[in-house]
Amino acid sequence: MAVIHDVMPAFELLQPNSTDEAQSILARYGSDAWVLAGGLDSFDWLKDRIRKPRVVVDLSGVDELRGIRVNSDAVEIGAMTTLTEVAQHPVFREKYGVLAEAASMVASPQIRNQGTIGGNVSQDTRCWYYRAGWPCYRAGGNICYADTPEGRNREHAILGADRCVAVNPSDTAPALIVLDAKFVIRSQKGERVVDAEDYFIDPNIDITRLHVLQPGELLAAVRIPSTWAGARFYFEKIRDRNVWDFPLLNVASAMFVSNDRIDHTRIAVNAAAARPLRLKNVETAIRGMPPDAATGAMAGKLAVQGAVPLQFNAYKIPLMRNLVKRAIGGVEEATWT
Amino acid sequence: MDLIQWATSPWGQSVPIHIAWFLIWVSVIAGLSFLIVHAIYLRYFAKPRQFVSDQSILDQIEIPARVARHSIAARAFHWIMAAAMLVLLFTAFLPKAGIQFDWVTYHWIAGVVLTASIIFHIFHASFWQDFRSIWPDRIDMKDAWHRTLALLGRPAPLPRKFAKYPLENKLYHGVIMIVGLAVVVSGVFMMFRIRTIFFTRNPYLLSDMTWGMIYVLHGLAGVGLIALVIVHIYFGVRPEKLPITRSMIFGWMSREFYLHEHDPARWTVTATRASDAPFASKSED
Repeated sequence: MAVIHDVMPAFELLQPNSTDEAQSILARYGSDAWVLAGGLDSFDWLKDRIRKPRVVVDLSGVDELRGIRVNSDAVEIGAMTTLTEVAQHPVFREKYGVLAEAASMVASPQIRNQGTIGGNVSQDTRCWYYRAGWPCYRAGGNICYADTPEGRNREHAILGADRCVAVNPSDTAPALIVLDAKFVIRSQKGERVVDAEDYFIDPNIDITRLHVLQPGELLAAVRIPSTWAGARFYFEKIRDRNVWDFPLLNVASAMFVSNDRIDHTRIAVNAAAARPLRLKNVETAIRGMPPDAATGAMAGKLAVQGAVPLQFNAYKIPLMRNLVKRAIGGVEEATWT
Repeated sequence: MDLIQWATSPWGQSVPIHIAWFLIWVSVIAGLSFLIVHAIYLRYFAKPRQFVSDQSILDQIEIPARVARHSIAARAFHWIMAAAMLVLLFTAFLPKAGIQFDWVTYHWIAGVVLTASIIFHIFHASFWQDFRSIWPDRIDMKDAWHRTLALLGRPAPLPRKFAKYPLENKLYHGVIMIVGLAVVVSGVFMMFRIRTIFFTRNPYLLSDMTWGMIYVLHGLAGVGLIALVIVHIYFGVRPEKLPITRSMIFGWMSREFYLHEHDPARWTVTATRASDAPFASKSED
């Protein structure tokens, strides 16, 4: 693990008061700027002196980026809204329980009080080789230290790896994918809206980033349409320490059931690949089937097809199989196999 | 301004990791600059080419209407290699220019095609073609010196017409051979870093320093190929070179073009008056 130096490299701290001002700053400094939301990911990088940005743009003073706005056809969450606010907001607890559940599972209460929804979906991977500043693929180098015979890769990818085997550690990302959330990205060129599942990118597209944000761009808000309001939800997170940890794997599902048959559903897992994976093949396969243990078992097997374990993470395959099984059949119905 | 990007390995060793990516644009600009300068020179400054006239050999041989220049195998190699090369360049450098897509798989498959085609070419050229026809000979060097003197306004004898390939063509082949082999050999090693159907992935095959040099060599050769390919395509579409380009498609060039550019004494074609057959050459490559 990297040594925490506690003394950050010198940078210019800019604290805009509005989105326009923030965009202007980001456009001016481009890749020299570091966006600071809750700071929980950022301060690791800065204190480790792995990242040495010229300017840090602190968004804590931009009120437009805070708060939860509910209207008739969608709920909009400002990117700077804390995870605690998301986890405790009545509209999420009543209509979008999967997101409230996911947000409440992030790290510890203190971290949730400080961490933001925008930061949680935009945080960098936890691969310790990468975060220790080693010149791996993700850092612009030409090797993956985790994907070696002796590499410590217990937490790494079983699916979708391409040279880099790091995983996305977000808990809220799979929940937002199953809710068909839209991510609102703003820059001086204007606004673009991307589907939650398209916000995240694979290493074969860009090995140095986990998401589509380019220098100069800002994740402003997350919009959740009413499509899945009131659906039958499931979220489960497996971690080494239940009081405070990143996921070894998590799963989120949303399901509408009629006449004891799955009408339509969305399922996503995270920490299995460099991006949260929406399991479209599973969604298609279980449509019209009863949401029970048998369907879950079938879905679990389907979900892990193509998985390639590394030296120390083969356990993730049965883990993912069982999480998908439980996401469909329920905890009571589905036993661990 | 560093031409190579360096990093500190986990053991504290400073190792190269790859070239500086701005070299992509250096190569693009170099290639485009060459063609602009060359086009301006030919349009406004170049004097008409003159060759020593030797009609005596024409009395001894007969030239078919269609002079065979490239066999079907040679043409197939050329176009397969060209397609593979373009795929390699686009998949390597478009992502660096900001166009993101799943490039790695296409890149290594194109690399395998290029490698296979080059191996074929080496054997084909060595054993079935006139191997020496693409290498500069003494007459080429002497004529090059005479042409240089004439360019400088100094008195010099007229050069002879070309053999099967002009000296510039031979020199280009030499450069592309060196650069191509560099990119292929380094690329084969780099396939040990990714998962393919060919090798068991082994990132420990070489030391960090050696791996770094492999990546740098691959990068330098790769950006060099950008300029080389630009220049090659430029010459391929120049009006006075179109007969040569057409011969790479159809396999033959006209008798008129042959007699205008080539020395029958240096590139002997089969003399069969009865035959205007498209493939009548002693050296097919």
